[in-house]
Amino acid sequence: MLGKLTLDAVPWHEPIIMGTGAVVALGGLAVLAALTYFRLWGPLWRDWITSVDHKKIGVMYIVLALVMLLRGFADAIMMRLQQAFAANDAAGFLPPHHYDQIFTAHGVIMIFFVATPLILGLMNVIVPLQIGARDVAFPFVNSLSFWLSAFGAVLVMASMWIGDFAATGWVAYPPLSELGYSPTTGVDYYIWSLQISGLGTTLTGINFIVTILRMRAPGMRLMQMPVFTWTALITNILIVAVFPVLTATLALLTADRYLGMHFFTNELGGNAMMYINLIWVWGHPEVYILILPAFGAFSEIVPTFSGKPLFGYKSMVYATSSIGVLSFFVWLHHFFTMGSGANVNAFFGIMTSIISIPTGVKLFNWLFTMFRGRIRYHTSVLWTVGFMVTFAVGGMTGVLLAVPGADFVLHNSLFLVAHFHNVIIGGVVFGCLAGISFWFPKVFGFTLNEFWGKVSFWCWLVGYWLAFTPLYLLGFKGMTRRMNHYDHADWHPYLIVALIGAVIIGMGILSLLIQFYVSIRDREQNRDLTGDPWDARSLEWGTASPAPFYNFAVLPEISSVEQHWADKESGRNLIQPTRYEDIHMPRNTGTGFIISAFGFVLCFAMVWHMWAIAGVSLLGVIGTFLFRAYDRDVDYWVPAAEVEAIENARYALLKKAA
Amino acid sequence: MSSPVTTIDAGHGDHGHGHDAGGNTVLGFWIYLMSDCLIFAILFATFGVLASSYAGGPTGKELFDLPYVAGETLILLVSSFTFGVAMLNMAARKTESVISWLLATFLLGTGFIWMEVREFTHLIAEHAGPDRSAFLSAYFTLVGTHGLHVTAGLLWLVTMMHQVARYGLDGIVRRRLACLSLFWHFLDLVWICVFTFVYLRGVL
Repeated sequence: MLGKLTLDAVPWHEPIIMGTGAVVALGGLAVLAALTYFRLWGPLWRDWITSVDHKKIGVMYIVLALVMLLRGFADAIMMRLQQAFAANDAAGFLPPHHYDQIFTAHGVIMIFFVATPLILGLMNVIVPLQIGARDVAFPFVNSLSFWLSAFGAVLVMASMWIGDFAATGWVAYPPLSELGYSPTTGVDYYIWSLQISGLGTTLTGINFIVTILRMRAPGMRLMQMPVFTWTALITNILIVAVFPVLTATLALLTADRYLGMHFFTNELGGNAMMYINLIWVWGHPEVYILILPAFGAFSEIVPTFSGKPLFGYKSMVYATSSIGVLSFFVWLHHFFTMGSGANVNAFFGIMTSIISIPTGVKLFNWLFTMFRGRIRYHTSVLWTVGFMVTFAVGGMTGVLLAVPGADFVLHNSLFLVAHFHNVIIGGVVFGCLAGISFWFPKVFGFTLNEFWGKVSFWCWLVGYWLAFTPLYLLGFKGMTRRMNHYDHADWHPYLIVALIGAVIIGMGILSLLIQFYVSIRDREQNRDLTGDPWDARSLEWGTASPAPFYNFAVLPEISSVEQHWADKESGRNLIQPTRYEDIHMPRNTGTGFIISAFGFVLCFAMVWHMWAIAGVSLLGVIGTFLFRAYDRDVDYWVPAAEVEAIENARYALLKKAA
Repeated sequence: MSSPVTTIDAGHGDHGHGHDAGGNTVLGFWIYLMSDCLIFAILFATFGVLASSYAGGPTGKELFDLPYVAGETLILLVSSFTFGVAMLNMAARKTESVISWLLATFLLGTGFIWMEVREFTHLIAEHAGPDRSAFLSAYFTLVGTHGLHVTAGLLWLVTMMHQVARYGLDGIVRRRLACLSLFWHFLDLVWICVFTFVYLRGVL
């Protein structure tokens, strides 16, 4: 019945894991108790878990990402501590098997459960508002997508206390990830958590392509979409194009591990390099999936706080699209050392370098937008400037790594580790944090505290440079990645500096949490009455803050790229429509949550070979889906009178503010 | 009311709706099919790489019974035809006929799956199972993934026959039949590629 699962699966003798487990269990109990005491179970179920409102789903994505950021950062600080201690004769405090799981979990969590949900969260919150839609094309699927991702994260967390996680590195190369070399459940946790969350991401991709292509406000042509929406469109096209590759690749690895097949084994004709090619056919576009929406966020922030339209809108769109296309022609640069020959390596090296051209176009567009603008240094602008400086360096080290000759020296060294943290932290993380401080009032109706936002920015920026500059240097000195222990005394000081940098980044994360706390505490002073706290330019600022659940009482007619700015110039934003109509909205549903919960049990049962439970939960998934297929009461009408009452209150506030 | 409703006031219909659900669903389903197509593309590419990795085991030429597979192919092609007839009857709003033709499609699809399962058990009994060589792993996975898709299609067919009987041919049912029809023809296309690149090429 319980397959391979016994009480021995819990690592009782590991004090770090059990200590963390105790803290998490106590914290979890406290949360459950608080929910019960304040009678919040009902509202939690009605207003959040069953919600199909894209703004609430977006918020849940971002909360998921921030929670998982804490876990991923805890892994990071443990690795930094280990490497700061484990020089020469010292063994450090992490045994190799545990250390290997930590660097694997760190990578998996940061990419799949921090960066991806941050990006999906921002897109969820903003894209429908920017295109003047009332929701996404498939609201129920959107809820399902989120809960699939969330349960994937739960599965990764569960692996910490029940069994173990993969000890293979975050892309789980075979033959190491095959049954012969990784016989425990670690790789199985890896596979099933990525399968369930990857399915959610694919569905989101489909959902947003249809939303953007078909649900734009009347009159909005493609070339009138805000740049963030453009980047979201390209990102979602990339998602639909490559996440199926990840699904298929992991399924083949599953077939090897569960059915004794030979896709990637060393025996009976398997080919491990095929996995490495396939995983990077997904993996390289994945980094553009993450970075493009961050570029989009910067493209909204820079014009707003420079008081000027974006420089080179069209070139921005073309640059985004060409990055999307080029991202498919570079995957082999992850393994120049495979030995595919000089010509193949040269092709992929050149293609990789070419990507820096559209990226450079973007950078110059932002700089020219700021040039002679009246720049207001809001926190989001600090993140943007910090990004431009940091990311430019990351791009340059990327071009350096794209030279096959140089890559043969630097492959799998800490130089590579420093490079991708440079672009992921300096690009994706800075971009998402900039986006959060920019768009926060649109969702919650009050602005974030500036002081703690700035403290957080400076900690992140300084911390990043202190933590990763030493790694660039260590890469040149020949230190490879993923080392549990080393016996080069001269590497030690660099790793101590890197630890100090990581601690400062930790202070940045703490400041971020303090920023949220202080902002919520002082929310009455920081109310946004106008819906447009930054004097911004695109459509999402033309509705109230927080945006009403129907987004726009009357769908706007679009005739400009900066529709909201045009409305402000003509004074049209202050004119209240005289007549409202009933609004058609999707009804909340718990089926997305229930399907995902069954999916979670299914995946957990598959990890532990509990075939009966897996079968029953698969029936649960199918049954719930069929139940939904027979549910015909999936939407409702909001009466015009109710819309009018909400809008009257808003225009009264607008007049008061004006 | 005599207010100027021309520009600010959105008219009735689609604008006020915000969800033009039918068209959105079919477009979304198309995009889903393209993503599914990529999964098959990966399986075909994998098969292409491993097609001669026999590891000393049996080859396609020794294993495949071409007339048998041609029979399978014929059954699946005919099921696509019967589904087409069902859709024509849907357009003509003949509820009873739609159900009958869907039933015919279902029976043909079930026959196809039965033949495939028989072929698989036969191969495994001959010690040519998926764990014998990389070639057979790729073969079983590609053909089996198609089979799993058809099985899912069969479940969907049963559901739709019931929904047609229960709700009649209303908008939602017609939209779902249109999606299922796309799905069924898509699987037919994939099978033609399987037949060509796996069986014919294997036997040649």
